[in-house]
Parts: sequence; structure tokens; C-alpha cells
Amino acid sequence: MTVPAAEVAAAVADAHRREWGFVLAATVRVTRDLDLAEECVQDAYAQALQTWPERGVPAKPAAWLTTAARNRALDVLRRGSRFDRLAPMLVMDDVEPAPADGEPDIPDDRLRLICTCCHPALAPEARVALTLRLVCGLTTAEVARAFLVSEPTMAARITRAKKKIAGAGIPYHVPTAEELPERIEAVLAVVHLVFTTGHAAPSGDRLRRGDLVERALDLARLLRALLPGDADVAGLLALMLLTDARRATRVDEGGELILLPDQDRGQWDAAEIAEGVALVREALRRRPPGRFALQAAIAAVHAEAPSWNGTDWAEIVALYDVLLQLYPSPVVALNRAVAVGFARGVEAGLTELDALAAEPQLATYGYLAAARADFLRRVDRIAEARTAYEEALVLTSNEVERRFLERRLAELSR
Amino acid sequence: MSEYLILLYVDEQASAAMSDADRAELLERHGAFQQKHGEAIRGGDALQPSATGRTIHTGDGGVGVTDGPYAETKEALGGFYLIEAPHLDAAVAIAADVPAPNGGVEVRPILVLG
Repeated sequence: MTVPAAEVAAAVADAHRREWGFVLAATVRVTRDLDLAEECVQDAYAQALQTWPERGVPAKPAAWLTTAARNRALDVLRRGSRFDRLAPMLVMDDVEPAPADGEPDIPDDRLRLICTCCHPALAPEARVALTLRLVCGLTTAEVARAFLVSEPTMAARITRAKKKIAGAGIPYHVPTAEELPERIEAVLAVVHLVFTTGHAAPSGDRLRRGDLVERALDLARLLRALLPGDADVAGLLALMLLTDARRATRVDEGGELILLPDQDRGQWDAAEIAEGVALVREALRRRPPGRFALQAAIAAVHAEAPSWNGTDWAEIVALYDVLLQLYPSPVVALNRAVAVGFARGVEAGLTELDALAAEPQLATYGYLAAARADFLRRVDRIAEARTAYEEALVLTSNEVERRFLERRLAELSR
Repeated sequence: MSEYLILLYVDEQASAAMSDADRAELLERHGAFQQKHGEAIRGGDALQPSATGRTIHTGDGGVGVTDGPYAETKEALGGFYLIEAPHLDAAVAIAADVPAPNGGVEVRPILVLG
């Protein structure tokens, strides 16, 4: 039996994208060491590229890869070359006995892996880096590119984090029921950060980084599968789907920014919207509703509105009111102020925005200046609008956003 | 199993100003903590105020001795517990039970030299 090379390459790439975290999580159980596990998993994928053309792509690629990686790990451990290592072994709870006969049952250890990567004892930027590297299988170079740091810097960050896991005794286990809500919150914060970094790249020449958005959606779907009853997981997945559903309409053919009022709603992804709306309904059933569920509910109102003018702004303001009350933040207050401008008139919106001018956290946040500029333009306060656009321009590092603001500024002069 | 040191930092001024009744209650709470986590506790003590300390600085070919703590801070090391725990999460859970009315506690893994 021979399988065409292209077919094997595609199967291995697919397994890399879908199963890396599963294979690694199961291999860590054997190695009790993250670095060794990574090496063995890498070997297993290389072995697949060699073996699958002759023997065919296995029915369960993840199981095949896990067995290969674990065998490799046992081999290395048996040879003892790793016993004189300095790093302490990962702390792990009981390993269940292997089944007596038949196909070995590989436990799904991905929740352990994710919770270890996102442990609160690790620095937030280390959590993101470890998750992308260990759960998603990104290379250090890819993780470095995602967060705009050099590869040596990212390599050092990842090494430091792994050392801390072993040295401090951060356990490779699923947190207790008592700890779980707080720990899942930390995991969701990581997923959300990966998503927002991809959705509106903080700098660079493109608005959207599709690779990061896809990884964030993969992670959220994985969490949804592992924790189907968790309302916060449902809320975050809903928020990401409803936001990403607009991806085709956020820039024009020339890569220029198109804002929500001018987007072609017919091109929004109907399947993602339907999935997102169903998840929002489920997430909102929990009282009090979670932060992501409320944000997703706002995105759902936009997604289901027939047009910008047909948007239920009163409903959006009401949702922001709840959000601000339960999870106060200056950025939420800013978004609420903008919604007030559309629900009750530009003057009312400007009054709300001006009240936020003294907020220190918003002092360097370009979207406040941009929102003020837009409202001032609408009421023909041209000189003030110009100043506000200029302020927003100073505060953005994204090339697409910068060109948009420059266009608006030029239009004022006409 | 690993060892962790729980460091108790206290605001010494607030500590000194405590009433006898409050001080007795704090001792009682430490007693309750020690009872609850007796199996994990390997040692521990309270310290005299930092002003009673002497600090020895070495280096540059000489040894200098000064009065007081190594670093002058509002919250000073006031005591410690040495505990044994299976992992960091368990150590943090134990440390969260340490009574610390005038400050907070820090958990540090003990370095094991391989």
C-alpha cells in the first residue's frame, strides 16, 4: 500500500493542527518532563511522515502518534540518559493502571496541560506563550512573531516558564472543583488575548492575523468539548464567533478599514452567527451572567440587526449598563458611551465621552479620541474633530487604522 | 513531596499596637492553624521585631555589621513555617490558612540541590 506524498503531508499537517495538544498531554504523563515530551512528540510526527506513505494513514492518527511518542519516551527513559538531569520531575497525581487487554485507552490529558500552561503562578505573557507552544504546537519562532518579540527573547521566556513549573512544583493536574472556576478564568483570559491579538493586530500592516484567530477558536472549541457545561467557556466561544463572523467585511479589497455602519451584512458568516447566538442563549442562563456572555450578547444584537439604522441601540445600552455594573472597566464605559450616542443622540454620547476624558487608563487609548472625533464630526464641530483625529493618529500603531484616520481627517478639510 | 517556606510579613507598627486580647486571639488562631495542618508542618517560629536584628554585609574584601534588618521596609519578616506539600497549589492552599492580620504571607519552594 502506498499513499501519495501530498496526501500524507496533508494528513500529518492536519494531525499537527488538531492533535498536537492531545499527543503532547498524553506523552507528558510518561516523561514527567515538558522538554522531553516535546522532543518525543516531534519525533513521532517525523516518524509519521516516513511510515504513513507505506502503511497508510491510520484510522486514529492521534492514537498512533501518541503510541509512537510514548514508545520513544520509554526508550529514552530506559536508556537512562535523562536520569542525571537537573530539573525536578513534574508533579503529577496518580496515573491510572493500563487496561489489561485490547487497545490501550489513552486518557485525554489536555485539560491538565492547559491548566498547567495557564497557571496563575506564571507571568501572563508566559501563559500565552506556553499555551500556543505546548497546546497548539506553534514553534518558538511562530509564537515570537505573534507577539512581536525576537525569537531568542521568546525562547528565553518559554524556558523560564518551564523551569518555574518544575522548580516551584506547579502540578500537572486538573484543579480541584474549588479551584477550577478561577483557573478556567485564567485559561479563558489567555484564549481571549490570542483572539484579540489576531482580530485587531496591535501593530503591523494587516488589521487581522487569521492564524491567531483560528488558534483561539480551536482552543475555545477544545475547552467547550472538555467543559461542555461551563457558561464562561460558552460565552467566550460565542463572543469570538460573533465577532469573527464579520471578518470578510472589515476591510475592502485595498485593505482599507470599513466600520460597522458601512459593512455589507450579507457577507457576514451566517453559520458562525447561528452557532454564536445559540451559545449566547445558553451562557446567559447562568446568574449573574459572565463578562464574555454579556459582550457576546451585545455582539449578537449587532449580528441579528438588519442594518446599522435598524440596530436596537436601547438594548445595546441596557446590556452595557449590566456589563459596567458587574464588570466595571474604562474600556466598557467607553463602548457604552458610544452606544449612548447612537441610542439617544450625538450630544448625549459626547457628554458621556467627555466624562471619561480624565480616566487615566484611557489617556493612551486611541479609540477614545477616535470616538470623540467621529461624534464631533457628526455635529459639525470641525476644529475639535480635527484635534481629536490627530490625537487618535498619534496613539495607533496599526497601519490600517492609521490610514483610516488620515482619510477621515482629510475629508474634514473639504 | 516538596518543601515550601511560608514567610509571614507583618506591619510591625500595627503589630506593636495590638491589644492583649487581640494578641491572644492571634496566638489561638496560629494554634488552630498548626492543629489543622500538623501533618504538613515541618517547623516554624515567630521572630522578634526587625529592629533587634543585626545585618552583616560581606564583599569588597571587608565585613560590615549594621543594626536592624537587611532591607528597611514597612512590612518586615515576622515569622515562618516550613511545610511539606505535594505541589505548589497544595502549598498555597495551606498558606492561605495562615493567620496574617497585619500583613501577608509569601510561599517559596525550597531549592533542592540535585
